[in-house]
Amino acid sequence: MAEGPVEKGTARGNLPPLELYVPEPKYRPGDVVDYSHLPVPPAGKLARPDEACPASETWPLTLDMVRVLDEDDNAVGAWNPGLDPETLRRMLRTMALTRAFDDRLYRSQRQGKTSFYMKCTGEEAISVACAMALAGDDMVFPSYRQQGILISRGYPLVDMVNQIYSNRADPLKGRQLPIMYSAKDYGFFSISGNLATQFPQAVGWAMASAIKGDTRIATAFIGEGSSAEGDFHAAMTFAAVYNAPVVLHVVNNQWAISSFSGFAGAERTTFAARATGYGIAGLRVDGNDALAVYAAMEWAANRARANQGPTLIEHFTYRAEGHSTSDDPSAYRSAQEREEWPLGDPIMRLKKHLIALGEWSEEQQEAMDRELVEQVKVATKEAEKNGILGHGMHHPFHTMFEDVFEELPWHLEEQAAQAMRERGIKWPEWKERDDA
Amino acid sequence: MNMIEAINDALDLMMARDPDIVIMGEDVGYFGGVFRATAGLQKKFGRNRVFDAPINECGIIGAAVGMAAYGLRPVPEIQFADYIYPGLDQLVSEAARMRYRSAGEFTSPITIRSPFGGGIFGGQTHSQSPEAMFTHVAGLKTIIPATPYDAKGLLIAAIEDNDPVMFFEPKRIYNGPFGGDYDKPSRTWKGHPGGEVPEGYYKIPLGKARIVREGEALTVLAYGTMVHVAEAVLADKGIDAEIIDLRSLVPLDMETVEKSVQKTGKCLVIHEATRTSGFGAELVTLVQERCFYHLEAPVERVTGFDTPYPHSLEWAYFPGPVRIGEAVDRLMKD
Repeated sequence: MAEGPVEKGTARGNLPPLELYVPEPKYRPGDVVDYSHLPVPPAGKLARPDEACPASETWPLTLDMVRVLDEDDNAVGAWNPGLDPETLRRMLRTMALTRAFDDRLYRSQRQGKTSFYMKCTGEEAISVACAMALAGDDMVFPSYRQQGILISRGYPLVDMVNQIYSNRADPLKGRQLPIMYSAKDYGFFSISGNLATQFPQAVGWAMASAIKGDTRIATAFIGEGSSAEGDFHAAMTFAAVYNAPVVLHVVNNQWAISSFSGFAGAERTTFAARATGYGIAGLRVDGNDALAVYAAMEWAANRARANQGPTLIEHFTYRAEGHSTSDDPSAYRSAQEREEWPLGDPIMRLKKHLIALGEWSEEQQEAMDRELVEQVKVATKEAEKNGILGHGMHHPFHTMFEDVFEELPWHLEEQAAQAMRERGIKWPEWKERDDA
Repeated sequence: MNMIEAINDALDLMMARDPDIVIMGEDVGYFGGVFRATAGLQKKFGRNRVFDAPINECGIIGAAVGMAAYGLRPVPEIQFADYIYPGLDQLVSEAARMRYRSAGEFTSPITIRSPFGGGIFGGQTHSQSPEAMFTHVAGLKTIIPATPYDAKGLLIAAIEDNDPVMFFEPKRIYNGPFGGDYDKPSRTWKGHPGGEVPEGYYKIPLGKARIVREGEALTVLAYGTMVHVAEAVLADKGIDAEIIDLRSLVPLDMETVEKSVQKTGKCLVIHEATRTSGFGAELVTLVQERCFYHLEAPVERVTGFDTPYPHSLEWAYFPGPVRIGEAVDRLMKD
């Protein structure tokens, strides 16, 4: 065959020219949406394998979808976690509180009180149900759309708002983008803007827990878009190699800013199916079905706790709002997508289930919603007393130089002194404040 | 004791003292590392505390960040400094800033050990000196020992430090000091004052330079392998130079540097890394900013060239006696 150097870049013989395939979402602005291509399997259909089963037994579950709530709002099938009404009401309330919080803080951003906000509208079931299925001291490595976990764990709303306003009471001293919380005492890891970095970190935490013979497990969340990052594969490899007690979640909300899930490989297979190649258990779940999410998290957590190893869970859901307040989804996707989403709204579905059980009513829901709006309003008012972004009520200047290292080295001391001198020139009125 | 043995000794000692220390890295377990720095440790401390890792630096450093968040003190090994790059994001965006971004809630007391530098015919993927890149990252400390004595004392201090530390081991002098001449064989650490490594615990504080040799005529700033090259060249030239082994690039012992340059009035900076934006540029600037009115000649730097490390022409790349000698001659002309 070898006949000397090959002439490059020319078509030879009858071979067709190669073509690059660039994925394109089905619908763009103005398009009529038709979800008939998207199979929505009936609730209750799938078997629930034993938590100690071989990972390979979960293969069918990675291609199908675990669903519990059926079309008539009943909880059905082997995956029904059988939660009592009180727990269901608590779940509903926490999800509704998360939405109320999002709505209020979104408006705060629009009012100029902070720079940025990210809602999790349509994804409340994922964080809230997972948090409820975990032990309170299990460690969560979240992405930026799991505010529901902090809320589930009872983290003070006012501290969330302080963080969002980057004010003088911000627990993170005004250093992080709004919504990039950190709450060690609540088992909530510091959020990174570099995507998927928390995945190998969660595995490392889980490995440490195993090294120490602890009983706590770790769990982590990323979006489907960032499952394309190398960190995803590093995490999967490490989780598999060391049989780490970790549950890894891919929240497939269909959109990574304006890039649809096809750019993360969704056209070829499901995200849950990636578990198979690593030899770990995988589950694909209806992410808008709080009971299915709870059941999957509980299954995977029990498995991890019993030294049966890691699980990858894909939550199939839809990002109902923009990526962030800096995003305009109407510029790249059909407005109909959200309305037509075949898996519905997670809060409405749980509400209807409770009503179907005779344990809830529309009136109670309305009263609860009013109460939650008020609760969030009180928290934001309280936080505003500590300042909003850009209004001077921030942490003292010197804190800018703290925590780079445990102790301040000479060069940072010098730079801190410079910052203080500059402050005196730029804002002489601040001399009067206790802002040393 | 050679430097490898000193590092092994430090790890052994610290693992016995602190059950939270774990070692992971490619080949570090049963085999004890390709340079044998972790030899015997798995056998002694068990596979739970010393274990091999997949060939995945992102995973190694990322998992170390998670382990540190749990409360362990990981001491990962990156087999060659050239291979840190796949884990760079976990290092510079995560470990380095964890304390800052979480306002102290989470810290990364990780010591990343990695052999670096050339002179062993490692080609362009086993010879780089990437230290400057890490000194540019807020939140990382960068430590480079030049003797077995320092390697042990500095490594102990690095492991005890609550910040992430890059611990770069100059592999050219793992087995003995080196004069920089390509045709002269390495010596051994036997009989060298830095080769005397006491048993037991001692530490050398991070951020304290070592005055290798006192002198009045010229200040030479170097670290790692280049300390030995400088010593050999200046001894041959019979110049009364003060040689300072920086040991620690961040934090930097500027006090010792300033004092010396103000005394001698002349300064030569030597490193093996590529020249442009190397740590030498920082040192020259600092000296110029702080000692300008004491200077009697322009501050000089001798470095590697701005090329990748060439396998067959490694000794043409290496900043050895000829390059250093010319710079010294220029400085001492007046």
